[in-house]
This record gives sequence, C-alpha cells and structure tokens, in this order.
Amino acid sequence: MPYISLDEHLPGITGLLEYRQDTAKPIRELTQILLRGDSTLTQGERELIATLVSSKNQCKFCTAAHTAAADLLLGESETCELVKQDYENAPISAKMKALLAIAALVQQNGKNVTFEAITRAKEAGATDMEIHDTVLIAALFCLYNKYVDGLATFTPSNPEFYEKLGERIVNLGYNRPKYGFDEIKKQNESLIQSIS
Amino acid sequence: MAHIDLPEPLPGIRGLMAFRPFTAQPLNLLAEVLLRTDEGLSKGERELIATFVSSLNDCFFCQNIHGAVAQYYAKEDETLVEKVKRDYENAPISEKMKALLSIAASVQKGGKFVTESQVEKAKNLGATDIEIHDTVLIAAAFCMFNRYVDGLATFAPTDPEMYKARAKKIAEETGYALAKPQ
Repeated sequence: MPYISLDEHLPGITGLLEYRQDTAKPIRELTQILLRGDSTLTQGERELIATLVSSKNQCKFCTAAHTAAADLLLGESETCELVKQDYENAPISAKMKALLAIAALVQQNGKNVTFEAITRAKEAGATDMEIHDTVLIAALFCLYNKYVDGLATFTPSNPEFYEKLGERIVNLGYNRPKYGFDEIKKQNESLIQSIS
Repeated sequence: MAHIDLPEPLPGIRGLMAFRPFTAQPLNLLAEVLLRTDEGLSKGERELIATFVSSLNDCFFCQNIHGAVAQYYAKEDETLVEKVKRDYENAPISEKMKALLSIAASVQKGGKFVTESQVEKAKNLGATDIEIHDTVLIAAAFCMFNRYVDGLATFAPTDPEMYKARAKKIAEETGYALAKPQ
C-alpha cells in the first residue's frame, strides 16, 4: 500500500506524476531532454545508464520499466541483462563501460566520482557533454528511485505490464500523454487484474 | 577543478547550468515549484529539508546556499539551521517537522528505508499526504542536485557572506526559476 493516497491503476512513478502535476512537469521535461533529446549517446545507451542506476538502487519498478525500454531500443534483451550483472564484461563499447562506471559512482555519492574514472572515460573518447549527461541521468534516477520507493508505490509483478510501459516510453517519450491517462488506466486495470 | 570544461567560473550548480542551459531550465523550475510555496509546508521548512539532506550527502555548496535561504526565513533564531544539521531531534522545531526530517533522512539512505511507522508518526502529528509527498520529493530531488554538483566536482566558495547575499536575492527577488547563472 502506498503511503499516500494515489490512483490504484497508475502504479510506480505514474501515479506520483499524476498526483502533483506541477512538480511532475519539470521532472518529465528533464527526462525527455536527457533520454530522448539530441545526444551523441544513443537512446539505448542512455536507457542502460538509467537501468543500471535503478538496479543499484534496487528499485524494482524503475529497473523493470527501463530494462523494457532499453531492450526495445537495442533490439535484444541480452545486453541490458549483462550490464546489470557485470557491465565491465558486457558486450558494450569501452566508452560505455567507462560512463557506466561513472554512473555507478554517482549512485553511491557525487563525491565518489574520481579523477581516474573521468580520465578513463575521456581516454575512451567520451566528450564533456556525454560525461555531463551521464552524471545528470544517474543523479536523476536517484531522484526517481527514491521517490518511487520512498512513498511505497505499487510495483506490478507481471512482465506484460512492463512490456506495455516500455513500448509507451519508447514510442511516446516521457512527456505527459496529450489525452491524459484514462485509456492507460483501463489498460492497467486489466493487466493488473489478470495476475491477481 | 571541475571534471568538465565549464564556460564560466561560476560556483556549484550555476557553472553546470551555464554549461547546459537546456537542462538548467527544468532543474530550476523543479526547485521553484518544490521550494517556493507556503502551501502545506512553509518556504522555510522546505529549505530546511533541502539543507538537511544536502548536509547528509555532504554537499558543501548545496547545504550552504539552501542553509542560507532557510536561515533567511528563520529570522527569530540565528542558529536554527546549525541546530537542525547537528541534531534535529533536539532542535527548536515542531514535532511534525522532526517526523518529516526523519523521513527525509531515510529517503537519503534509500527509498526503501522509509517505514510505515515513520509515516504513521508524521500523520499522527498532523502531516498531510501532500506534505509527506513533498518531503519525500524534496529529499529525492536534493539527492539528485547534490550528486550533480559533486559528481562533476564543481567548486564552492568558502565565504559564508557570499551564500548569505545570494540567499537574500533568491528569497526577495529572483526565486529559482528566474535566477540567472550570473
């Protein structure tokens, strides 16, 4: 049971973003810029950063949602799984490994990011903008994970829910859907009921 | 020295905002809507939560700038912010604020550390759903701001007067949404 009264058909972050839309707006905009805006990192790479941080924060909802998005964008599900298990040995570029190492340090605390970690990323070809965005994506997902778990939001356990959510954030991005959440609530209702 | 080349030698988050104005805009707007209202929690109480979490994260810039803003609102007690940072349980603040700060401290450790009994205690002391929501989101947002500021190794001035002057300007004139990096 969530600690505050939220729409029961909007699990995880979705209910929170509908609960207070004036705070949700800048959070959504920031996410849209960082994960879907112009960047020399692919959308799949950026979702991998979000997934790794969420997984280190043990936030089940965010980990499952961004894993689903990363899988769709990468066209396969092996890479994201291996990144969560051991990114240093995952089939990704040396630059991505160095950026994920920075993200993992940010997850612990900003002060833990070392000169060596930054140098490694730069030597692997990371630009200042890529390093900046990696740090800010990692920091933003610490916000999300703490927000979602700190208010004990509902975490569905059926994979189909996250497949649908993954499709939605890949196809529509992070802005609030123009037509609101009525359709999504109906969809969620049947998805959530189908397992209980 | 910062980990990336910043366009201007501005302190803390301000240098980062000059580096990437596009992301600065929603970041400033989030601070504005979360901190600059007296609905439910007062501006002073909101800044106190922000300061407390920044101090737990050991972020020098954020705890000093938000500490100065919180202190600006606490005119009746010149050392209130220091007392809260040192030992909030025994600070001269309401019991409700103590319960909310304990929730903020749990959020700083990890969302899952917030317990049902902590929330129940806050509610019994009069905290509303929206106040609990705002406490958790302010705490989570400062876990982001602190990591952003320290993760890129920005510099922070040590002169308390600089923070006081900036805090007065934020409180009286600019807020966060209008604050220019300069």
